[in-house]
Amino acid sequence: MADKLELLDLLLEDARESTDTIARQLGCDESEVESMIAELEGDGAILGYQPVVDWSRVETDHVAAEVELNLELDRETKYADVAGRITKFDEVTALRLVSGDYDFDVTVEGDSMRDVSMFVSEQIAPIPEVTQTVTHFVMNTYKNRGLEFIDSDDDDRLSISP
Amino acid sequence: MKLSERARNTPPSGIRRFFELAEEMDDVISLGVGEPDFSAPWKARAAAIHSLERGRTSYTTNRGMLELREAIADHVPRYGLDYDPESEILVTTGASEAVDLALRALVDPGDAVAVQSPAYISYGPGVRFSGGDPLPVSTRAENDFVMTADDLERAGAADAEVLMICYPNNPTGATASADDLAEIAAFAREHDLTVLADEIYAGLTYEGEHTSIATLPGMRERTVVINGFSKAYAMTGLRLGYALGPSEAVDAMNRIHQYTMLSAPTTAQYAALEALEACQDDVEEMRTQYDRRRRFVISRFQDMGLDCFKATGAFYAFPEAPYDDEQFAEDLLQSEGVAVVPGRVFGEEGHGHLRVSYATGMSDLKAAMNRIERFVAECERGRAET
Ligand SMILES: Cc1ncc(COP(=O)(O)O)c(C=O)c1O
Repeated sequence: MADKLELLDLLLEDARESTDTIARQLGCDESEVESMIAELEGDGAILGYQPVVDWSRVETDHVAAEVELNLELDRETKYADVAGRITKFDEVTALRLVSGDYDFDVTVEGDSMRDVSMFVSEQIAPIPEVTQTVTHFVMNTYKNRGLEFIDSDDDDRLSISP
Repeated sequence: MKLSERARNTPPSGIRRFFELAEEMDDVISLGVGEPDFSAPWKARAAAIHSLERGRTSYTTNRGMLELREAIADHVPRYGLDYDPESEILVTTGASEAVDLALRALVDPGDAVAVQSPAYISYGPGVRFSGGDPLPVSTRAENDFVMTADDLERAGAADAEVLMICYPNNPTGATASADDLAEIAAFAREHDLTVLADEIYAGLTYEGEHTSIATLPGMRERTVVINGFSKAYAMTGLRLGYALGPSEAVDAMNRIHQYTMLSAPTTAQYAALEALEACQDDVEEMRTQYDRRRRFVISRFQDMGLDCFKATGAFYAFPEAPYDDEQFAEDLLQSEGVAVVPGRVFGEEGHGHLRVSYATGMSDLKAAMNRIERFVAECERGRAET
């Protein structure tokens, strides 16, 4: 029986890999791979599959910002309640509760810096529990999801060697 | 200029011709590469850079930095090996230098040296450079290329002084279990052979643990073990290896090394030290990747109907060629742009096989296997029609 963690590891490397090739790599049957994937999806362990995009190579305007949020909660309101409201916005592509100087780490994406600032000031800042926002625009991405955005490590080996 | 007989009698390696053919063509996917596709782990590279920044550019002691020898001594117990860093370990310029030194330290002119075949192409010439006569010991496909007492007997290895073995093996990917090695060890003890064990691929073993022949009873005192950083640590270009053996053997090797090399490259020694101390996770990650590719490649060959024994080490598969290995490799290169190495390059018993390296990323590997499959199917159709 192939291992779910190994399967996840392979999918994390290339989620578009065919189940046939995955099965060969794991040394199991294709049907086994398919049922493990179905199980992982059914359990909600795998939520989806998305490409890693280097937006600087796509002809479009794309801006991302990391936004720090501080919250003040009362007895009736929990982090999850506020998170539930923030995640509803399409502009928010990631939201995490973090330790340290602030509470929420929010990734906001949009077409322009103006769009993103407007969104933060008009939609996020007014939420009653939010006491402070600090917006950091992403200037450049060098690595994301384990993939390097800068060309490196070209294969310069001799084509045949002993 | 008058060249020595030794130089004139050394033929160009059989790999050279294929290299030239492949270099002439565009869009070749090469499965003919005998080195990792990964770069050295970043921490090891960073340590090398740091050592340069601190100006560590002098020679080290002949035997290699003591700190590195100590790290090697701490590393090899994973294979059941135990060597004194002061007197039983020599750091060399690649495993290549260690092989050369060992042969020069152990072989007298005219001595027969039994050499596993098929195996790494440098052994035969290395034996000749030391004045010895190479005596090929053919291992057989039906035994999964594991050397048997019968193979040794048939080759006349009983009369040899030294026996060179290499497991995990280049080019076959074969490994040898403790039981397999016990048979070789018994033969070596019976006929008083010194064993030179090239274990450079020890870290790339996929089913079960690597066993060193030096750990078998009565073998430590007659064995020189060679290992290095080229394969498991993806550090080929840094040129660093080492030899482990009884102090008299290591002393003798060092006596030659101190005149011909002084010391192994200092920058590489710093990288190697970091590799041993901080890069085991990287090694494990690379090993996992190779293992997946290994299963992929072998299962694809089996589906094509090519006999492909289940290689369990290094990063090579060694399937049977549908027809003459050299012709097939050339045809495959010309018509599909996939480079593999004909098995005969590695010795008599390699005839009829292909060395297929899976030290190549999955996307190239998939494309290459599709091309090979298409070509093999075409060959079969051609044969059916005639
Ligand atoms: C079996 C074997 N031994 C030794 C070597 C040489 O290793 P190094 O780079 O450490 O000199 C190789 C390289 O291909 C090899 O395959």
